[in-house]
Amino acid sequence: MALPPADALAKTGVDVRDAGAADLVAGVRPAYVAAPVSAEETAAVMRAAAEHDLSVVARGAGTKLDWGIPPYRCDLLLDLSRMRDVVEHAAGDLVVRVEAGCPMSDLAAVLAGAGQRLALDSPVPGATVGGTLATATSGPLRLAYGTARDLLIGVTMVRADGVTASSGGRVVKNVAGYDLGKLLTGSYGTLGVIVSATFRLHPEPPRRAYVRAPVSGGDAAHAANQAVLGAQAVPAAIEYERRSRGGGATVTVLLEGGADLPHRAEGVAALLDGAEILGTPPDGFGAYPADPGTGTLIKLIAPVADLPYALAALDAAAEATGLDPDVRGSSGVGVLYAGLPAGVRPDDAGAFLAALRGALASRDGTAVVLRAEPDVREVVGMWGPVAGLGLMRRIKDRFDPGHRLAPGRFAGGI
Amino acid sequence: MALDSQDLARRFREIVPDGVVTDPAERETYACDGLTYHAAVPAIVVLPRTAEQVAAIVKACVAEDVPYVARGSGTGLSGGALPRTDGVLIVTARMRRIIEIDVENQRAVVEPGATNLSVTKAAAPYGYYYAPDPSSQQVCSIGGNVAENSGGAHCLKYGFTVNHVTGCEIVTPDGEIVRLGGKTAESPGYDLLGAFVGSEGTLGITTKVTVRLTRAPEAVKTLLAGFATTDDAGAAVSAIISAGIVPAAIEMMDALAIEAAEAAVACGYPEGAGAVLIVELDGAAAAVEHEFAEVERLSRASGAFEIRIAADDAQRGLIWKGRKSAFAAVGRISPAYIVQDGVVPRTALPEVLHRIGELARESGIRVANVFHAGDGNLHPLVLFDDAVEGQGARAEEVSGAILDLCIEHGGSITGEHGVGIDKAKHMPRMFTEEDLDTMQLLRCAWDARTLCNPGKVFPTPRLCGEVPGVRRGAHPLVESGQVEQF
Repeated sequence: MALPPADALAKTGVDVRDAGAADLVAGVRPAYVAAPVSAEETAAVMRAAAEHDLSVVARGAGTKLDWGIPPYRCDLLLDLSRMRDVVEHAAGDLVVRVEAGCPMSDLAAVLAGAGQRLALDSPVPGATVGGTLATATSGPLRLAYGTARDLLIGVTMVRADGVTASSGGRVVKNVAGYDLGKLLTGSYGTLGVIVSATFRLHPEPPRRAYVRAPVSGGDAAHAANQAVLGAQAVPAAIEYERRSRGGGATVTVLLEGGADLPHRAEGVAALLDGAEILGTPPDGFGAYPADPGTGTLIKLIAPVADLPYALAALDAAAEATGLDPDVRGSSGVGVLYAGLPAGVRPDDAGAFLAALRGALASRDGTAVVLRAEPDVREVVGMWGPVAGLGLMRRIKDRFDPGHRLAPGRFAGGI
Repeated sequence: MALDSQDLARRFREIVPDGVVTDPAERETYACDGLTYHAAVPAIVVLPRTAEQVAAIVKACVAEDVPYVARGSGTGLSGGALPRTDGVLIVTARMRRIIEIDVENQRAVVEPGATNLSVTKAAAPYGYYYAPDPSSQQVCSIGGNVAENSGGAHCLKYGFTVNHVTGCEIVTPDGEIVRLGGKTAESPGYDLLGAFVGSEGTLGITTKVTVRLTRAPEAVKTLLAGFATTDDAGAAVSAIISAGIVPAAIEMMDALAIEAAEAAVACGYPEGAGAVLIVELDGAAAAVEHEFAEVERLSRASGAFEIRIAADDAQRGLIWKGRKSAFAAVGRISPAYIVQDGVVPRTALPEVLHRIGELARESGIRVANVFHAGDGNLHPLVLFDDAVEGQGARAEEVSGAILDLCIEHGGSITGEHGVGIDKAKHMPRMFTEEDLDTMQLLRCAWDARTLCNPGKVFPTPRLCGEVPGVRRGAHPLVESGQVEQF
């Protein structure tokens, strides 16, 4: 006779306890929490979970557990916060290997000691490496450096069946085998548990300048965007911000460099009417427009040239529903975030999303709700239309045939 | 199942009336790609013009259980486009249109047969270019670049094909036309595009590619530095990287590679150099000026006895000429050679170069080194005379030992040429059985019949079987078919 699940988990030797009120995953309470200290322990827990048909959700710092859709099963919460070592920082090779539970801020502190950085913003304070990868969060620097998928060069995962597997490696240039890191990045824990990751690094720039200019509307924002992209400015980021529909909007260009920086900043300022050059980031630079812990956070993706169209679509949807979202994001790459405050009426949020998605669809744009309050979540479709769902389902079926990994949290019910 | 090539060719002619090759002599010309020592004459060659035709061809292959391989320009160096004698070769040479240059979105939309350089040429009038630049860029196809995740000398700063492709229209191994990504920076859901790029033609065939265009830099500065030894040149590389400079490219050639290049193209590299370094910086003019002075200073401090700075594009071309001709040039000093593509962490370069030197001395097989020093991507050229009994085998041994060195130092067996047929047998030296099994889960999800470029990348195919498992606890909305609502 097989052991009861609790005993089987305990037998792994891993620290296991009953879940409490602080362990909810988007409102769903798991039965157990296991806190492994190593990849081996993680694999042992995952094998036990597989044998006992336990569904598993991984947690780092828990900053985004209420993102996405609640899992339709959640027996075991895998707490990776004890796996927080920077395993190897090869400064001369500009490469770092780090455990999944390491906070991004801890990693940054270690790298800063060598004058280096992972050129990936951390928009949610406290987030871990694993959680950042699983949700594929990014920020302003994506214009120059890409997102997590572009900086991740190796990954080790534990599969649903408890098998540990790696892809990539610890050299930047490497095309041996499939790149599973790309697949895991942004998969919300539905394909495997990331236990460690290797990133390429960049030197910390000696100086930064922020060139900020007011823009009167969508067309002006677009003109600013295009002027900077088309110039020889080599911007690290181009960010748009607008608080409230009628209020003023700004575009901020981040430049990084050395002694040449003042000269370049003046060049960019000359492109933008009313520009000022700041030595420090303007308030809220790179932050999400809504509190990622309470409100509704929407990610809009559209081709860069459709920025005015996307902003107009936001305005039209807002006007029709009486809502007034804050908007901020990386206009230089065509990714914006819209935030609705806590307490918004679910029907209004639903109508807002429907109008927005309807308008964006004609321009190949999408609007994904990253996070919403429970009553809003029930009304809006969190993911919206997703292309390639058939292939995605087949991948899920191969990696997790029992559908035990974060089931239901992803697009298409995956 | 035995291939009835006559019947299949008849069906292909219904799809592409003027694009089916069955003549043996003509098929023979497709027997290999750039890696010529693997050859296999395909049973049928088809040259479609549209995605719909590719889809129909794939469907016909699937219906008959016939393997198929896609081929672009056939410049690959790992045998990724090696045909199957019992299969179909689908050649994209007739799909080479530049469909659109979209300046505002910084994108180009092209057909897979378009050459890498043709994208840059089409974008140049607008002040843009396509950043990945494999040495074969004049002839290699974008579709092949996508399959191999091609790099190039400038990927040190700008990244690889996967960082520059934002969309692909593909024909899946089921013969369905599917769009992955597009002109947007990303798309919701799994990163199917990221998984597809670099899958070496095993997950489907690209029929349309959307690439990111990069603003042509305001300034480009290139220097050529001569050093007494590769150690000195290596020290310069380390000093430059440690100074926080990210050059567009840092290339190194050793004495034997220089000798070959001189013999072939008379590039006039510094006399008596044991190693030369090519360092290129690009970007905003003010930044390039500042950093270039630093690079020059650091090179001298590391022992550069001669430094030449390109004054214009013509001089820059001359500096690059020796480097870009190096592979072909060794033909001047050796009847035959093997090109390796291993990678080591950059800091391990000096030691690995010494060990390669030892291997060469011990075996009596000469090795010329020409490589991307900035990212540790070695291209040792193992020279041998195939007319001399046993030399080919010894060269193979040296080549294998070099790969061992790379793996020993935490590197990779391939930095940009791909695994293909050539290095599939080496994959277990770099990855565990579990790693390879997991990668093949992806393969099975896309191509359970393994008809799409079979025998490449993996040493032993995984039997995919049916979609596994009885699924329990499916979400009620999934069951009721409302999944699009998520």
